[in-house]
Amino acid sequence: MDFTLTEEQKALQDTARKFAREVMAPVARKHDETGEQPVEVLEKAFELGFLTEGIPAEYGGSGLSRLDSIILTEELGAGCAGMTTSMMATTLGLTPVVIGGSDEQKKRFLTPLTEKRSLAAFCLTEPEAGSDPLGSTTTVKKVGNDYVINGIKRFISNGAVSELYTVFATVDKSKGAKGFCALAVPKGTPGLSAGKEEDKLGHRASNTTEVIFEDCKVSADHMLGKEGDGFKIAMATLDRTRPAVAALAVGLARAAMEAAIEYSKLRKQFGMPIGMFQAIQFMIADMGMQIEAARLLTCLSAWLIDQGLKNSLQSSYAKCFASDVAMKATTDAVQIFGGYGYTKEYPVEKYMRDAKLLQIYEGTNEIQRVVIARELLKGI
Amino acid sequence: MKVLVTVKRVPDPEAKLKVDPEGKGIVTQGLKFVVNPFDEIAIEEGLKMKEKHKAEVVLVSIGKKDSTEQLRTGLAMGADRAILVLTDDGADSEVVARILTKVYEMEKPDIVLMGKQAVDDDMNQAGQLLAEYLGIPQATFASKVELSADLKSAKVTREIDGGMETLEIQLPAVITADLRLNTPRYASLPGIMKAKTKPFKEIPAAELGVQVKPKVKILKLEEPPKRKGGIKVETVQELVLKLKNEAKVL
Repeated sequence: MDFTLTEEQKALQDTARKFAREVMAPVARKHDETGEQPVEVLEKAFELGFLTEGIPAEYGGSGLSRLDSIILTEELGAGCAGMTTSMMATTLGLTPVVIGGSDEQKKRFLTPLTEKRSLAAFCLTEPEAGSDPLGSTTTVKKVGNDYVINGIKRFISNGAVSELYTVFATVDKSKGAKGFCALAVPKGTPGLSAGKEEDKLGHRASNTTEVIFEDCKVSADHMLGKEGDGFKIAMATLDRTRPAVAALAVGLARAAMEAAIEYSKLRKQFGMPIGMFQAIQFMIADMGMQIEAARLLTCLSAWLIDQGLKNSLQSSYAKCFASDVAMKATTDAVQIFGGYGYTKEYPVEKYMRDAKLLQIYEGTNEIQRVVIARELLKGI
Repeated sequence: MKVLVTVKRVPDPEAKLKVDPEGKGIVTQGLKFVVNPFDEIAIEEGLKMKEKHKAEVVLVSIGKKDSTEQLRTGLAMGADRAILVLTDDGADSEVVARILTKVYEMEKPDIVLMGKQAVDDDMNQAGQLLAEYLGIPQATFASKVELSADLKSAKVTREIDGGMETLEIQLPAVITADLRLNTPRYASLPGIMKAKTKPFKEIPAAELGVQVKPKVKILKLEEPPKRKGGIKVETVQELVLKLKNEAKVL
């Protein structure tokens, strides 16, 4: 087992770390407060090829392996979780085309995203369908040579600012998974609009909105795969992108730990740095070992994808574990900073607010545990 | 048009350095190494010339095999080729200048772009020595470089103690980069992937036929004295006395 990074991976890590430190971190507080789209950051991320990391090279993207992408995402996550969510959600939004689209559809939908700064949105969740995607009520109906989509999606990352929307809808609710379809809907399609923006606890630099489909008509060649392929495409997409969520969590937890370590060396009480007290030491020790474990689990889940092996179990392990680690590490970091940590003058309260979402989105940690238990208890 | 740019592998300027137990070097275990920041600025200037004048940008580094990492960074930024002159003995400014005269003879560039100094030893000599040995013009501490339309001369604004000075120099010439010359670009993902495919030549220093053993020897390295706390004084007279007798600034 070779745990060393290749030359390219080291170079990728360096460039991403610099970008996080010099471009993202300085404006993270501002965008967290205003919720304004970090256009300058996203533009630079596009120039460096980060936004197209999920598009294969033959369609004009950076075509990173999944292992490369989690190295990238960890570094970005340490810069700002919200901005990283916007970038990661773009990969999520375009992956259904990568997985379920024909070569012609990939050229039509993916290549334009490589020509100018573009975000994408994965439209699965609905007001009444979160953990239960088949509870979806968004419908798609064949009308002549077109499909007409009707319904409302909620909590969609990049909902108001995407060039490409991949949407999941059913032709026949009674058919369950067999009626579920995946469609690619470009921005500007009549009937596609963004609804209200969520005022969130964290990840506030990331635009999260309702996406509304009102008699939204697309020609039949916007269906990815056939009618009924949608559930498989959705699940495969989430398996493929779940390691990146884990990587974001690792980066966020690491940023919190690094801040806590530095503070523990500087802050003095009772005549010595607080890092000399075991209570502080034990919190930091736990951060260190949990972050390392989360990182390795994340690498494994990404590596399996690159090997063409099934990774559902490991990607659930990674996402669930890493996000729980991030929540604990960021909460402990606030504790270590004490009163100061509770104010917006220090970065750790933002880390803690950002960590919470990681346990909720991309499949709640409850669902991850259901999936894991189901796999381990197979045959029960 | 061809631009030769020097790349030195140096410890990360942001790292906390410690003098090693022998007192002649620094502890390198766990230390991160980067491209000398002034060389990065030189690379960026070369890349600007590539974009504006279709110049070929050739990188050169002198050191052990691990300098490959820094050359790849330069290639990932967009340079065309890299040369690594291998030596295990380290190099002082004299050795660097002598080796570069040989690389210059091989490549015959129109401009040699170098960082004004390396942030590890801060010698600020190699560029000047090189220009002298080659008998070509030099413009050091450049904060602005403008090439003439016929690419035969350059107007260089230099940052000097008294302010700024603008020189017009004939090419080929040596130009050393100062901080305000430009802001270096990041290596993009496509750039990083392409870097591995770009031509990379290794040349053992001994093959160049110049003196390659450094003559400068570091006798001792010391950490700067620990900062003492400030003191409060009661009167202006006391302050003046302290500034005169202790701080010796009056």
